[in-house]
Formats: sequence, structure tokens, C-alpha cells
Amino acid sequence: MSQHHRHRTDLSAPSVHLGVDLTDAGAHPAAWRDLGSQAQRLFDAQRLASLVATAQRGLLDLVVLDDAFSLQPVQRHGAQGRLDAALVASRLAPRSAGIGLVPTIDTTHTEPFHVSKAVATIDHVSRGRAAWGVGWSTTPEAARAFGRKGVQDEADAVDEAGDVIDVVGRLWDSWEDDAEIRDVATGRFVDREKLHYVDYEGIRFRVKGPSITPRPPQGRPPVVVRATSDAALTLAARHADVVRLQATSLDEAVAQRELLRTRAADAGRDADQLRVLVDAFVVLADDEASARARLELLDDLEPRAGASTTFEHVGTPDALVAAIDAWVAAGAADGFVVRPSSLSTDLDALVDKVVPTLQSAGLFRTAYPGRTLRDTLGLARPANVFAATA
Amino acid sequence: MTTRRKQIHLGVHFPGVNSTTVWSDPESGSQIDFASFEHLATRAEAAKLDFFFLAEGLRLREHKGRIHDLDVVGRPDTLPVLAALSAVTERIGLAGTINTTFNEPWELARQFATLDVLSGGRAAWNLVTSPDAFTGENFRRGGYLPYAERYERAAEVVEVARTLWDSWDDDAVLADAEGGRFLRPGAVRPVEHHGRYADVVGTFTTPRGPQGHPVLFQAGDSAEGRDFAARTADVIFSMHSSFEAGRAFYDDVQARLVAAGRSRGDLKILPATTVVLGDTAEEAAERAAHIRRQQVSGPTAIAFLEQVWGRDLEAYDPDGPLPDVDPDVENISITRGRVRHARDPLAIVAAWREQAEANRWSIRDLVIHTTTRGSFVGTAQQVAEDLDRHVQEDASDGFILVPHLTPHGLDDVLDQVVPLLQERGVFRTEYSGPTLRDHLGLGRPEVADQATELAG
Ligand SMILES: Cc1cc2nc3c(=O)[nH]c(=O)nc-3n(C[C@H](O)[C@H](O)[C@H](O)COP(=O)(O)O)c2cc1C
Repeated sequence: MSQHHRHRTDLSAPSVHLGVDLTDAGAHPAAWRDLGSQAQRLFDAQRLASLVATAQRGLLDLVVLDDAFSLQPVQRHGAQGRLDAALVASRLAPRSAGIGLVPTIDTTHTEPFHVSKAVATIDHVSRGRAAWGVGWSTTPEAARAFGRKGVQDEADAVDEAGDVIDVVGRLWDSWEDDAEIRDVATGRFVDREKLHYVDYEGIRFRVKGPSITPRPPQGRPPVVVRATSDAALTLAARHADVVRLQATSLDEAVAQRELLRTRAADAGRDADQLRVLVDAFVVLADDEASARARLELLDDLEPRAGASTTFEHVGTPDALVAAIDAWVAAGAADGFVVRPSSLSTDLDALVDKVVPTLQSAGLFRTAYPGRTLRDTLGLARPANVFAATA
Repeated sequence: MTTRRKQIHLGVHFPGVNSTTVWSDPESGSQIDFASFEHLATRAEAAKLDFFFLAEGLRLREHKGRIHDLDVVGRPDTLPVLAALSAVTERIGLAGTINTTFNEPWELARQFATLDVLSGGRAAWNLVTSPDAFTGENFRRGGYLPYAERYERAAEVVEVARTLWDSWDDDAVLADAEGGRFLRPGAVRPVEHHGRYADVVGTFTTPRGPQGHPVLFQAGDSAEGRDFAARTADVIFSMHSSFEAGRAFYDDVQARLVAAGRSRGDLKILPATTVVLGDTAEEAAERAAHIRRQQVSGPTAIAFLEQVWGRDLEAYDPDGPLPDVDPDVENISITRGRVRHARDPLAIVAAWREQAEANRWSIRDLVIHTTTRGSFVGTAQQVAEDLDRHVQEDASDGFILVPHLTPHGLDDVLDQVVPLLQERGVFRTEYSGPTLRDHLGLGRPEVADQATELAG
């Protein structure tokens, strides 16, 4: 696959990447109380499938699905309850096309072997549209639910996440692409020279390998890391294909992205093979006053906890387009993970108003460029570490 | 029809890693591509079958210290495949084999609750306990158990999972936007369990599925396994499909069921079986013989002998006589990651030599004969009658059909045999309800019942 060089000024190669967060009824804790939220059907597969269909209509790069092993913290009137995100992603795969599916899967309490085959399978089922949102748990709730080990602090959990990402990647590589040979003459189904033991022995866990699941279509499904702290940013620089940055201003994002690129280069990686998406909380309406009024209404129902750590856009679709253009042009981001305040309202506005405007400005593609999520993100298919050293 | 005949339950097994699958046949398709799974599941649903079934293995099998390469190798992950199938089917049950030794109850409970919610009440969990150290090398807990403890842990894992499923009331999601209450007060209760194999404290994350609890299958043939099933399971996935062995197994399990305080019919017994059809009995027999020869290739026959001999026998001709050397009785772990092990190789080999000599069998002939399991071979009419007889005479409550070809291997059975069973009035022509519990005629566990049980 040829290296995908992306010049922001080159209109023939539109460069903005857009994802959307489908968690809960929306990113605002009161979203479920919004008109049309279908909160009764929050856990209904049909509702989720129709959200993905909308996102796909907008040619968005990917949808992300949060998960955690504990119930959402009790808010005054918050929605609570979670489905297993990996299974939701798999459920959404067969009836969608083009769009990437990014479930969050924990690294602190789950088995790396299970994580590896789950994501590989979502990639098989979606024919190359899976990514892995790397999660880690630092709460006593999650630790007590498993009862296997004590609470880990952030540094420790992030460190372990790095080990898990490393091992999961090797498990994906533990089958070379052409390991299945079906050689009738010799009676051999696989060429066992192309299956590899991982033989990982770390301080926290060990895995023998090979995987039971053949190498996924993308080779390695993209790894998505949220850079929520300095430690997480370092983790992302070392291991992520897609980094979700948390930045409240353009300048902060520029600085973070530079830091990320430097650390990636220090880790021996090609920084151009990293896609940086800034989390964007959005409230969209035809005029700014209406958007503000809608946010106030939601805030009245359930105030958002703490000060925002991410970029917020409360206003018109056109103003969001301008912001996206400015951030991408300034090198602050390769795109955004849009977190609609309310999925029932803001997702349609994103797809029907923001995307067409971006497209007419030549900033967003008008079709999926290929079949896999790596194609969409312009990421090369990685070489197999075992094949490379063989 | 005057007397109500026992209704047959049928599932389809998507073959993964086993020596039944004839991958060398030109008509054999992918065992990985989702289209293969979709084909078998949608065809089975069109025929109104009870469920689609997936086995599981968590370590690639080895033979003589190397990965066993003669059978199908590799499979996708069980639960994501079933979740994906729930998108392309509407009614058929989705049964996944998941090991209780190498998984934790909290995540298992939320995965199965999720599958039940996403599929509208079609989830089933086939509990397997394979506890071995060989598989454990893939897991961080270092994870294997002594063989004797496999069902102790399984029982505790299930108990915790059930408690978690029952910690949400069926109508827990209120979603009262006006009043600002998402969950009904008191409808989601914290859980606390401190046991030998599980230590779980917390408020569960996932709504109770439409079935309350997913249907529970058990597969494991020891006395402990049967007792565990009698206490715990809704369905036994067994492998005794000949009539006599089926009857004996059925009686044994029913006795254990009654001893466990449950009633006949509470536990369905469904053996795995293969079916080979022909236009005439002779043609079917010929096809069956041809399939057996495809299943047992020369290298497969030698590898099978090596398991029992504990020696490298590659120098022997599969179409020639049995090896003249004696088995190495110390080396019985020559094959790892398989269920079957030879316990007394000397006796087995002595018996085989006698049989081979009497019948003038080659190595391959012998392996074909000794590994042939119960199978239904004949015209569609004969097979339908035979299947029905097994069920009416309590050799089983139905079958899990295992094709020898992926994914088209059951098309003929579904097209030809199922309609005959329907004509006989022993198999449904329409689904009577939306859930797998409905298909199997199983009651739905109530939260309240469970609570009393736990208190009592
Ligand atoms: C019909 C049947 C199917 C089985 N399928 C699986 C399987 O798919 N995966 C697995 O790990 N073990 C499988 N097992 C193994 C059992 O879970 C169990 O570990 C093993 O039989 C040892 O327990 P036992 O001594 O009670 O038989 C199967 C066993 C039987 C009898």
C-alpha cells in the first residue's frame, strides 16, 4: 500500500477525519431526557443500528462505544446501564459498510488473549472495519467486581495497558496472512511455520499463543487511545494508531499534537502514521442562540460534572465547519471525535448539515476510499512482526 | 394424530476445529468468513430449528510438540460471532460454548446478558470446564485448575452469574424523562459474593435479558459433569448418539435430575450427530463410506495411531498393516489440547491388532472403523423415522446436527429431513415464541424465585 501523504492545502485529498461517539443517549448526562431520545430503547439493537446507519450516511470514519465494568456513577438524574461494547460493535457489523466500529475494551481486568480474539473477530465479521478503544480501570468498583486484584493507580494501569496492547498486537501477528494452505496433497490445513508462539512473560501476565483466531483482515485493527493524561499520551505515542486528544483550545491541541509526534518519533515510530482526533462536545442548532438555549435546558435537567476538558462547540453547523477547518489547517488535529450532546438531535445535524458543507468546501471525502477502516484513515497495513523477522 | 408425540429439538453445530470437517473437499468453504456462519444460521432459521451452536477451544492443539496441522485450525471468537448473527437472524437461538475456568463471572454475566438483550432473548451458554494447564498457558491467572475442581468452580461461576442477572428487575429501566428517573428505585440491587473461586462485590452494569437467564447448556461426560448438569443446566450437549448408548445416558441423567430435585423434561438431552443422505440406502451408505475416507486421510490415520502409541509412526504406510512396535506407555501426552486420551494403550493396541488381523484392515481402515461414531445414514425417509424413534423412545430429546462440510453441509438435511419430521407432527412448522426458552419449552426464571432460593 502506498504511503498516504496528506497535504491540508491539497483539495484532491480531503483530510478531515470524523468519528462520532454513540455512547448512551448522547454526551450530555441529560440527553436521555431530550425529546426523541428513545430512552426506553436505550439498549435496543435497532436503535443502535439506526444511529450507525445515520453516521454511515454521513460517511463518518468511525463510531465509538464506551464501556466499563462498573455502572455509571450515580448522578442526580443520569442514565445508567451498559452493554458489553465489543458485542454491540459485532452486532452492528453485518448490516453496515464503510464505517469503522470502535468498542472500548478494558486492559486491566480482562485477559489479553480474550481481547485479541474479540477484536480480531469483529474485524473478520465487519471485513476490516474494527478498531480497539483501549480502556483501563482505576476504580475500586471495577477491581471489586472482578475480585482478582487490588486497585491500580493510573500510572500502573496505563503501564499494564501498554503491555496488553503489545501482546494483543503479537497475537494478531501470530498467524501470518497466508498460514491457511489447505494442501490436499500432504493433508496439511495450515503451514505451521506461519503460526507463531508469542511466548510473552511479563511481570503481570504471560501468554503462550498463537491466537486461535486467524490474522484479522486489517492485519492489526487500529488501536485507539484517549490521551487523558501525560502517561496516557505517552502510551498513545508508543502504541496508538488513532489518538483521541482532550484539548479545550486550538493552541493547546497544537502543543499536545506536537508533543505526541515527538514522543512517537522518540519511540521509533513514523509520526505521520498517527491520526489525532480531538474530542468535541457539540450542541448544534440553526442559530447560536437556539443552541445555547438547548444546552441550558439540558444543564438545568442535569448539570455536567466539573469543568470541560475538551473542545466544545455550541452553535451552528457552519460555525462548526469553520472551527474544524481552522483546527485542521493549523495542524491541531487530523479531525474530531464528535460527542453529540444528544444523539437524537445533534447526530442528524452533523450528518445532514456539517458534512455536506465540509464536502462542498473540499474538506471531507464524498465516498469511503476503500473497504477497511485503515483505508479510511489512510493508515498503511502493518507488516507482521513474525514474518518480518523470519 | 391421536396421542401427542414428543416434539424433537434440533440445533445446528457450526464445525470449528475437529476431524469431522472435510476441508479437503472442493465444496468446503471458509470456516472464518462471516458469510459461512450467516449461511448456516439463516438456513437453520428458515427450517425453524431451535438454535445455532458454536464450540470453543482456547489453545491450538499440538501433536508431537508441534501445532496439529491436519484438521481445521483456527476459529473466530464465539460471542462476537453470535452477536453478529443476531443482526442477520430473528428467531433462532444462539448458543455459545464458553469455558468457566478461563473467564471471570462478572464479565461472563455481562456478555451473556448483552447477547440476550441484543438478540431479543436468544442467548444460550454452553458451559465447558476444560481446566488443563496446557490451555492455561494462554491466561494471566496462570489459570488452570486441578481436574477435580473444574465443576466446583463452574458451579460457583454460574451461581454468581445468576445472582448478577437477577440483580436487575425485568422492568428496571423506567426512563421517565419528565420525572428524571432512569432506573426504577430499588430495581437494581448491589451484589456481594465471597467464595472460594469468585469474590464479587458491586452493582451490575447490564439489564436483565428477555429470557431472564440465558439458556444453560452443559457439555462434559464424567459423573461429576452429569451431576452438575442435573443440578444446573437446561440442556446437555452429549455425544452418545447410538440408540443403546443414548438410552443408557438418558436414563442415567434422568435419575440424576430427579435426585437433584428437578423433574423429567427440565433437562433436554441433545447429542451431536451427523447425517448422510442418499436416494437409496445403498447410495447413502456409499456416501458415508466416502466421507469417512475423506475424514481420515493417511496422515490423520497415522497421527491418530501416534496418540495411542506415544511414538512417531510417520515411517509407516497408512494403507499397510499396523505397526509392529509396542506403545510407549509413558508418553500419553503426545497430543495436547484434545478431549480424548487413551488410558490403557497396551490393551487398546492388543485389541486393535486382533480386529485388524481378523478383518484384514490397513491402518487407515482400522482408524476409520474405531473412530466412527453414531450417525444417521439412509434415505431422508429412513433418517426421519430413525431420528423420531430415538426421541419417542427416550434415547434423546433431539439432536445437534454436525455437518461434514462448511457451510453447505446441512442444506440437504434441512431441505429433506426436516419437512418429513414436520409431516410426522414431531417438529414445529412455525416458531411459537420469540425466545430460545420458548423453542425449548423452558420456563422463564423469575427474579423473585431466585431471591427466595438464595435466602432459603
Ligand atoms: C459433547 C461434548 C462437547 C464438548 N465441547 C467442548 C468445547 O467445545 N470446548 C471445550 O473446551 N470443551 C468441550 N468439551 C469438554 C468438556 O467441557 C469437559 O471439560 C471435559 O469433557 C472434561 O469434563 P468431564 O470429565 O466431565 O467430561 C466437550 C465435551 C463433550 C462431552
